[in-house]
Parts: sequence; structure tokens; C-alpha cells
Amino acid sequence: GRFFGREKKTVVRRTLDDDMLEQLEELLITADMGVDTALRVTANMAEGRLGKKLSVAEIKELMAQEITRIMDGVARPMPLYAHKPQVVLVVGVNGSGKTTTIGKLASQFKAAGKKVVIAAGDTFRAAAVEQLQVWGDRAGVPVLTAPEGSDPASLAFDAMEKAQQDGADLLMIDTAGRLQNRSDLMEELSKIVRVIRKKDPDAPHNTLLVLDATTGQNALQQVKVFQELADVSGLVMTKLDGTAKGGVLVALADKFGLPIHAIGVGEQIDDLAPFDPEDFANALVGLDR
Amino acid sequence: MFENLSERLSGVFDKLTKQGALSEDDVKTALREVRIALLEADVSLPVARDFVKAVQDKATGQSVTKSVTPGQQVVKIVHDELEHILTGDQDPGALKIDNPPAPILMVGLQGSGKTTTTAKLAKRLKEREGKRVLMASLDTNRPAAMEQLAILGVQIGVDTLPIVKGEDPVAIAKRAKTQASLGGYDVYMLDTAGRLHIDQELIAQAAAVRDVANPRETLLVVDGLTGQDAVNVAQEFDDKIGVTGVVLTRMDGDGRGGAALSMRAITGKPIRFVGLGEKMDAIETFEPKRIAGRILGMGDIVALVERA
Ligand SMILES: Nc1nc2c(ncn2[C@@H]2O[C@H](COP(=O)(O)OP(=O)(O)OP(=O)(O)O)[C@@H](O)[C@H]2O)c(=O)[nH]1
Ligand SMILES: Nc1nc2c(ncn2[C@@H]2O[C@H](COP(=O)(O)OP(=O)(O)OP(=O)(O)O)[C@@H](O)[C@H]2O)c(=O)[nH]1
Ligand SMILES: [Mg+2]
Ligand SMILES: [Mg+2]
Repeated sequence: GRFFGREKKTVVRRTLDDDMLEQLEELLITADMGVDTALRVTANMAEGRLGKKLSVAEIKELMAQEITRIMDGVARPMPLYAHKPQVVLVVGVNGSGKTTTIGKLASQFKAAGKKVVIAAGDTFRAAAVEQLQVWGDRAGVPVLTAPEGSDPASLAFDAMEKAQQDGADLLMIDTAGRLQNRSDLMEELSKIVRVIRKKDPDAPHNTLLVLDATTGQNALQQVKVFQELADVSGLVMTKLDGTAKGGVLVALADKFGLPIHAIGVGEQIDDLAPFDPEDFANALVGLDR
Repeated sequence: MFENLSERLSGVFDKLTKQGALSEDDVKTALREVRIALLEADVSLPVARDFVKAVQDKATGQSVTKSVTPGQQVVKIVHDELEHILTGDQDPGALKIDNPPAPILMVGLQGSGKTTTTAKLAKRLKEREGKRVLMASLDTNRPAAMEQLAILGVQIGVDTLPIVKGEDPVAIAKRAKTQASLGGYDVYMLDTAGRLHIDQELIAQAAAVRDVANPRETLLVVDGLTGQDAVNVAQEFDDKIGVTGVVLTRMDGDGRGGAALSMRAITGKPIRFVGLGEKMDAIETFEPKRIAGRILGMGDIVALVERA
């Protein structure tokens, strides 16, 4: 105010009106939040504030707070259980970052003192096994493999047996990328789950769906179908080191409420971070801190 | 999951069924719904905005054919404009692969489908045009990326440049060029590592590869499920590396494919192919009409109005 305000540059304040709300909505839409959710967020934010004069920073702050509020409930690291082996199945559409994320997670769990085993369940894509083997080496974790073209469910079964014998804490199973509208491939995934459950009815203990941050509204469909057919227990969003903001996560939190365990922020082994609602919200609305 | 455009418009136009021509206000109301439909189909906001503006001018004052509703009429106008933008003014023709060995450079974000598309196109050129193709992986970054291309090469019966560990992408590009000339190949394809459009270092590296190879075609491979970020990606890759065409992958999914419009509108470059699966035959030439119907989620209405 009055005493200190003079040296500072005047802060432009604008009235929070319909025009302004529409602009804010658009900001959220360009972050892939989707029209419905963007409308909801701006409406909540405007409640009781219409007609007020606010600075750009204040508005962004409010919007970030609103998003943080929605996301707070879903920010949860992947739970670890005493049960051995804890089976972690990793699923998702093609190229979303499943294999890379397994490498990063394996490295983190290993560093936390866990005995980890990886199963190369993508027996379809060319050199998928070789790729995972490199990640296994990097993380210092053994990788169980089967020949290209073999049945991923039987590999998963063998891997369960091996992990049990070896007394592993964690068994992470990579799977081939599949689009959720391919019912044959989704059935293949259900079969993997069924076979795993023959060895342990409570497994897989975690089924992680890996989403690519550049994906738009189709992510909603991905979560819906993968949850129905593979019992997804948590999400990881990769490629948040680009310019995509991953705003669809807000819509997902709203609709499905699945926990978000981690985010991928690069191609290196340490480029996996916990999901932080406040950082995420700030980045989404373009607030520098 | 989303309402398609006809559902959105039916409510809006219920009260207007008697009118003979579309008034400015009718069109405005309808276009608000069109804008939402486009955004839900992942068309980038600035592109959707320009699009709506263009349609506004075209639609106002148009007479409504008797046998269709104003809503259906608007859909048809929107569809035609979509198709018009997706098609562009010039026929892109075939890939430029004259003057053997013709280099084709493949670029794009991580995981967009470059390696798979490289092999699919190589197979196509070999089988449909009888070309001798050499594929080279310049991906020194992602684990087993070179092996991936080599395996695909064996699968489709196309040669790959032997892998030499420790070589950088520019050196590999030079070796590919030499090998392609000496070996009498018609085309050589350079598959590159995935890179973010904002990664200055890797973008500079791709530009260096381009300067060595002087590609006849530089294809930007983009995931058809891409959302709003499509504009940033297209703009940066085109500015920094220069693209001659776009390939949209994963169009076998149930995404609406709005990225197609974003890419086309932002770069002005033709979309050459769409990827329709993981198999080596799963690639087709781009059909503007089909994608236009898909973005709007309503091929049927368009057919109805065309018949009326
Ligand atoms: N920039 C960036 N790239 C990533 C990230 N996570 C993965 N990638 C890259 O994305 C590409 C695809 O990653 P993969 O781990 O092979 O994806 P995938 O889901 O296993 O792919 P498929 O098995 O073919 O379905 C690779 O080039 C990775 O290096 C991330 O967080 N940021
Ligand atoms: N369903 C479907 N999958 C595709 C299509 N094109 C590629 N893929 C899959 O997408 C994944 C990634 O493809 P790649 O060709 O490895 O992608 P890339 O761009 O070379 O990836 P990086 O080299 O890691 O940047 C693989 O699982 C492919 O099988 C397509 O049109 N449809
Ligand atoms: Mg993989
Ligand atoms: Mg590749």
C-alpha cells in the first residue's frame, strides 16, 4: 500500500468478470485440462470473488490453489507392502514410457534396500527385451526374459516362481504397449493378471498405468478401459520435462481419483520424481517459484 | 465419452427449425458448440479459434436446404472447412525420392513412433515402388534403439547400416550417405533419437544431421493422441529443423485426432501418412475426409447433408 507502494511498479489489477474467467478457462484448456474440468475449476475459483479486482499473480495463485486442492488427495507414492514378492505390473499404451519407468523405479527401490527382480513381459516389440536388459544393468537388478514372440502370461508365471524362490521383495513386470481399444490385446493383459493370480491371489499388488503427458483427452479413455480390464491401482505420468502440462491429470483426479505415484521428467535413471500437487499446479498455471 | 457435435448442436437449433437462412446470431451460437467439440477432440486452442473465425464468415447468410436442420447445415459447413484445411492447396504428391540415394530424415518427440514408421515406410518403398532402401539408426541415446531398427530390417528384408558403437549421430549420417552411394541404394532413411522440441542441444544435433544429409524429405512423426502441445512441437521442429511432412501415428486408437488439424494449420505442411498399428503394414496415406469426420465424430450427418 500506501507507504511502500510508491517505489514499486504499479500492479495492474483487473476485475474478475466473465471475460476474465473465459481467459482463465482457455489457459487451463491449453494445459489439456479439458473443457468441462476447466470450467469447473474457474467457477470454483470465482465463487464469492466475482467483481473483485485482482492482479495477475493473485489470480494465478488462486487458480493454483484450486488445482492443488483437487490434486492433494491423489498424490501418493506407490505403497510398499511387507508381502514377498510384491508384484508390480506396468501397463499402458505404446511408447508412453513403461520400460523406462520400470528402470527408474527399480533403481529407486534398490537404493531403498529392496531386492528387486524385473520380468521382460514385452515379448512383442523389436528389442524390447534388450532395452529392458540395459535398464536392469543400470539399476543393478536382474531381468528375467523369454524369447520374442512367446506368451507373456507364461513368462509372468515363471517370473512369479523365480521371484518367490529368490525371496525377492519386488517383482516388476513390463508389458507390451497396447491401445485400450484393442480388445484382443486387452484380453492378453487380463490373461497375464489371471495367471499371476494363480501363484498369488492378491497379486498384482500394484498395477501402474503409465501415461504420456503429451496425450490429450484420450487419457480419460485410457484410464477408464485399463482400470476396467486390468484393475489399475495407480498412475505415473511421464515426459513432464517438455512443454506439455499434463492438465488431463486434473480431469482424471476428478473422475477416477486414482493415486498418482510419480512423474517422469527425463530419460535418465534419476529422472523420476514424486508427484507434488503444488509444483504441478504452479507449472500448470504458469506461476514461477 | 464425449458428446459429438450433432448432439451439441441439436439443442441449440431446436428453436430455429423454421428459418430459411443462417443468421449471424444462429451461427455464433452454433460455433460456440463447434469450438468446444474441437477442443474436446484435442485441436489446439489457437487453431480452434482461427478455425471458428473462418467458418463464421462462410456460414453467415447461407441458406438452409429444406430437408436438413440448421444444425446439420452448420455441421456440413464445418466439415467442409476442416477437410479444406486438412487437404491444403497443393497436392503433396509422392515422397521426393528422385536423385538416388535420396535421404529421408525422421524426427520427433520420444516414443512418437519414429523407428516403427521408418521401417514401415522402407517396406512400402521397397514393395510398392521397387526401391532399394538402406535404414540407419542415429539413436545413440535410447537403450537398444539401434537393435530395434536392425531387427525390423531383418523382418521386412531391408538393409540396415551396420552398428558401430561409439559413433555420434553426425558421423553415422555421413557413413549412411557414403554407404548408400557406394551400395547403389535408391533411398536412405535416417531414424533419429526422440528429442524434446525445447532441448536446444539435441535440436542442434538434429540440425547438424540435416546439414550433413540434406534430406529430400524430413518427416515429423507425431503421436495422433497428442493434445494441446501439438502446436508447440510442430512449430519448434519446423522452425529449427524444417519439416517437409508429418506422419500421425496411433490412429488405430480411439483418439479424435485433433492434432492433425493443429499440425496442418500451424506448419502448413502436408500430413503424408497415418500409422494404424504396430505391424509393418499398418500405414496408410493420409485421407483428409476421413480425419475430418473423425475430429467431429460424425461422418453420417455429413453424408446426409451431401445427399440432401
Ligand atoms: N523426455 C522424456 N522422455 C521419456 C520419459 N520417459 C520415457 N521417455 C522416453 O520415451 C520413449 C519411450 O519410452 P519407453 O520406456 O520405451 O516406452 P514404453 O511405454 O516402454 O514403449 P513400448 O514398450 O514401445 O510401448 C523413450 O525414448 C524414453 O527414453 C520422460 O519422463 N521424459
Ligand atoms: N498402435 C500403434 N502403435 C504404434 C504405431 N506406431 C508405433 N507404434 C508403437 O509405439 C511404440 C513406440 O514406437 P517407436 O517406433 O519405438 O517410437 P520412437 O519414436 O522410435 O521412440 P524413441 O526412439 O524412443 O523416441 C512402439 O510400441 C510401437 O510399436 C501405430 O501407428 N499404432
Ligand atoms: Mg516398453
Ligand atoms: Mg526410436
